[in-house]
This record gives sequence, structure tokens and C-alpha cells, in this order.
Amino acid sequence: MGRFVLRRLVQSAVVLLGVTLVVFLLLQLVPGDPVRIALGTRYDQATYDALRARSGLDRPLVVQYLSYVGHAATGDLGVSFRTGQPVSTIVLERLPATLSLALTAIVLALVVAFPLGIISGVRNGSAVDHAARVFSQFGVSVPDFWMGIMGILLFSGVLAWLPPSGYESLRDSPSGWASHVILPAATVGLVSASILTRFIRSSVLEVLSEDYVRTAEAKGLRPRVVVLRHVLRNALIPVVTVVAVQLASLLGGVIVVEVLFAWPGIGRLTYDSVEARDYPVLQGAVLLVAALFLLVNLLVDILYARLDPRISVR
Amino acid sequence: MSGHEAMSDHESSFRRAVATLRRDPLAVAGAVVLAVLVVVGVLGPWLAPSGTNDVDVNHMLAHPTWAHPFGTDELGRDVLSRVIVAARVSLEVAVVSVGLALAVGVLIGLVSGYYRGWVDNALMRCMDVLFAFPVLLLAVAIVAVLGPGLTTAMVAIGVVYAPIFARVTRASVLSVREQVFVRAAVSIGTSDARIMRRHVLPNIAAPLIVQTSLSLAFAILSEAALSFLGLGVQPPAPSWGRMLYDGRGFVTDAWWLGVFPGAAIFVTVLAFNLVGDALRDVLDPRQLTLSEARRSTR
Repeated sequence: MGRFVLRRLVQSAVVLLGVTLVVFLLLQLVPGDPVRIALGTRYDQATYDALRARSGLDRPLVVQYLSYVGHAATGDLGVSFRTGQPVSTIVLERLPATLSLALTAIVLALVVAFPLGIISGVRNGSAVDHAARVFSQFGVSVPDFWMGIMGILLFSGVLAWLPPSGYESLRDSPSGWASHVILPAATVGLVSASILTRFIRSSVLEVLSEDYVRTAEAKGLRPRVVVLRHVLRNALIPVVTVVAVQLASLLGGVIVVEVLFAWPGIGRLTYDSVEARDYPVLQGAVLLVAALFLLVNLLVDILYARLDPRISVR
Repeated sequence: MSGHEAMSDHESSFRRAVATLRRDPLAVAGAVVLAVLVVVGVLGPWLAPSGTNDVDVNHMLAHPTWAHPFGTDELGRDVLSRVIVAARVSLEVAVVSVGLALAVGVLIGLVSGYYRGWVDNALMRCMDVLFAFPVLLLAVAIVAVLGPGLTTAMVAIGVVYAPIFARVTRASVLSVREQVFVRAAVSIGTSDARIMRRHVLPNIAAPLIVQTSLSLAFAILSEAALSFLGLGVQPPAPSWGRMLYDGRGFVTDAWWLGVFPGAAIFVTVLAFNLVGDALRDVLDPRQLTLSEARRSTR
């Protein structure tokens, strides 16, 4: 187990280094001079020279990259072209909004997907199974931002129950936060729920065909005990990975939904930095998201190896 | 078994697959919808009842009527005409970007799986790096630096979906390269390029076909998302995602601006998914996990 964890840590560190290279190269791909483009009509030679020197863009490429990685390791992601503020401060300020949206969405998704996926798998071919399959096909095919627009139309326009967009901090106003988070969380949670339902169903079906389930039934255990003690315990282990992938992608900022609902998270920040051509902020947001994505996947692999020791042996 | 015998086996299994698909009502429905969409995509400008950019200030935000079955937008343009013409854009982006992802991914996967060793290690670590980014975030970042537009959207979507093709290809190549007909070809001195082209590639077609059909659905969603963010097709050219973005401010007063372009995306993606799922069930049932895990455009 220790060797497995160490191996995964080294792998993740190598991938993270690759991620920093991709993020660094993004700025190099900008056609023309990124500082000149970012300044736009605010251009004057003194500001230009100062910003260019401050961003280190006047140095050779290799030196720039090594400096970028070195600074990133200490939490210094450069300064915003637009405001001059440190990028790490700007990005971290947006993290709580994204975290609260992602966690609410994944909880909603699990509340729907667990019962639906399990019943659908155990009662294969029943009406619930058919409903679950229609639901999951619907969820993976519908654009989440369209669901959001339909939600705004129904719950804000027709029924006037919920605000169409905006954000209130959970700490300042829990009820305000709750009323604002429901629509965006349900919008993105629906997609996650449909993917999870599908996966839980197929996992349950796979375990139901195992010999030990037949043995448990043959020795006269009640169906409820067979499902709870033998089927679910084994069927839900691989589901951990899919839940984590979903959570990681939600943490990655659901850009379109955050833009639609004016939710001030990482996704919205990414969009704003693209609009303003604030490349250091774009780089910082992308780097943070990729690092979070890697971290969640690493933690899940370790958890998975604990739940199923065969993984660490492979 | 020779490579050609393996191929003819595959041909007959494809015929069986097509026969099985024809008995699946959902797959048939999906295929019919796709066929209609292709016709609409090709003949769009001739099928549309009005010009896509015919502004009519006297009929701004008009309700659906016989004259305008999907209503009009904030500039009085006919929504039905714009939805019809935008089908071509979505299909074009999906086909070109998935074609790009397929070409790049298959090449990387083939080389990686066939040569193994350090080449495999290096290429797969590169793919791991690309996998570390949420799909849409990477696409947005690429479009942001290259500049918004149809071509860059296609390139961005192609780049972000290439790693999954590389992984699927590599996994299949690893098993095919151990087959007797590949070893026989190596022993008679056939070049690596020829072995990959003539013996390996035809025998890994099934998972690639499945992945392609499912990726077309993801590509449509990604293009819509990029256009929604103003990074895809540029106005005044119509695109479903952009129409939703432009109409979002009016949606509580003019529901048709939100409903019809979104429904077009949904029906198209659903059709690709239905055909893709049916193909997967018939050709490659074990591919479920990888596709499902990446089945998100976020």
C-alpha cells in the first residue's frame, strides 16, 4: 500500500509539472504581444515596460518557465494584467463560491442517483428501471446551460420562486445563499446524477451476476440482506471513482453555468479573464483547477486502494 | 489467422452488428433523426423560410405564429430559419473536430501501443497531462489564446478529445499486436508502418467507431458551450449556443428564444448518444467505463 501511494504521488507530481508547462505555454501561444493586447487602449510605453518586466516576459523562454514553476511552487502566480493584484489572491477569493456550488451539486446528484441507480439495477426491467434509463439518457444529452435557462424560465419567470441569478455568501446570509444556489446546483447536479445513475445501475447489475450473490441467495438469505450486505458493498466501490471524477469536474468550475447564473466562482473568473485578455489570471485559474483535479483523483485512487486492496497490488 | 482473415471476420461481425442495430428501435430513431439533421445541414439555406439575418424591427420578439413558427428574436429575425441554418455549423464543427481528434489520437495510440517502451511512456504521460484539465476549461483556454472563431473552436475541441482516442487506440493495439498474424507479418520483414496500417488498424476499428459516435455528441455540446460563451461561431452567423446566449436576457418574456435552439442541441446530442450507445452495446460492451467517466463537457 505504501509503495502504491508513493508511486501515485510521483506520477501526480510528474503530471502536475506537465500541467505547469501547458499552462505556461498558453501565454506563448498568444499571437502577438500579450501585454500589448491586454493593455489595449490603456497602452502607454511606461506602463507597457513596467508590466512586461514585472511579468518576466523580457527574459529567455526557459528562464521564464523555470521562474514560473519556482514561483508557482511558493504560491506566486504573477500579477493580473488588469488590476495589478496578485493572481493567487484573485483565484483563491473565488474558490469558496465554486466549492459551495460543487458540493451542493454533488450532494443533490448523489441523493437522486443512489436510490435510482440501485433500484434500477436490482429491479432490472421494471418501470423504475425504464424511468431511470430515460432519465440518465436525458441527463447526458441535455446541455446543462439549457437546463439552467429552462430553470430560470420556470422558477424565476413563471413561478417567481427563485432569483434568476446572483450570489450571496454562505457566511453572510445562509438563506440568501440557499435561494441562489438551488438553480445552478440543480442544473449541474442533474448531469452528474444521470451519469452516476447509469454507472451505479451497471455496477449493481454486474455484481448481481457474481457467484457469491447466487450463493447468498441459495443459502436462503432474505433478498434485502443479499442486496445490502453483498451487492451494495461491492457494487459501490467502483462508483467512488466516478463520484470523484464528477466532483473534480465540478470543482473545475462549471464555466457556462457560472456565467449564466452570474455565480462568482472559478468558472466565471476564467470567463472574465478571457474577456479581458488577462492572461496571468487565466493561467492561474487553469492551473489551480488542474491541480485540484489531480489532487481529487490522487485521493480517490488511495481511497479506492484501501477499499479494494487488489488495486494496489496490480 | 492472417490479418485479412481477421478483417473478413470483422466485416461479418460488422454486418451482424448492423443487423442487431436495425432491431433496436432507439438506435433506429437516433439514426433517422441524424439522417434528417444531415439533410437539414446540407440544404439549410434553401429550407429556411427567411434569411437568417433579415432584421424586422416591426416584429421584434414576436410570439410563434404561422408566419414565424419559432417566433422572432430581439432583432425581429426568424428563429426557425436561424435554427435550421445553425444545424450545418454544429454538424460541421462536430465532424471536423472529432475527425481531428481521431487522426491525432489514433496516431499517438498506434505508435504508443505498437512500440511500447519509452515512446509509450512519454506519449501516455503527455496524454495524462491533457487529461488533468476539465474538457471545457482547456478548450476555453485554447480558444482564448488563439482567438475566438469557428476554426479555433474546431481545433480546441479536437485537441481536448484527442487523448481519449489515444487511450482507446493504445489499449486495443496492445492486445492486437500479440496476435499471431501480427507476429507473422513481423517475421517476414513487413515494415512497421505497413503492419500498423494493414493489420493492426482494421482490427481495432470497433472501439474507435463507438468512441467516434459518442464523441460527436460531446463535440456538439462543447461547440454549443463555446458559442454560448462567445468563443465559437461569431455573429451574425447563427449557432445554437450563441442564440441561447443572445436570448438569455429576454427569456422570461420570450420563452421561444430559450426553448427552440436548446431543443435542437438536445435532440441532436440525444440522437448521437442513442446511436453511440447501441453501437457500443453491439461492438464493444467493455468500453463503458472510460466513456462514461469522461461523459461530461465541463
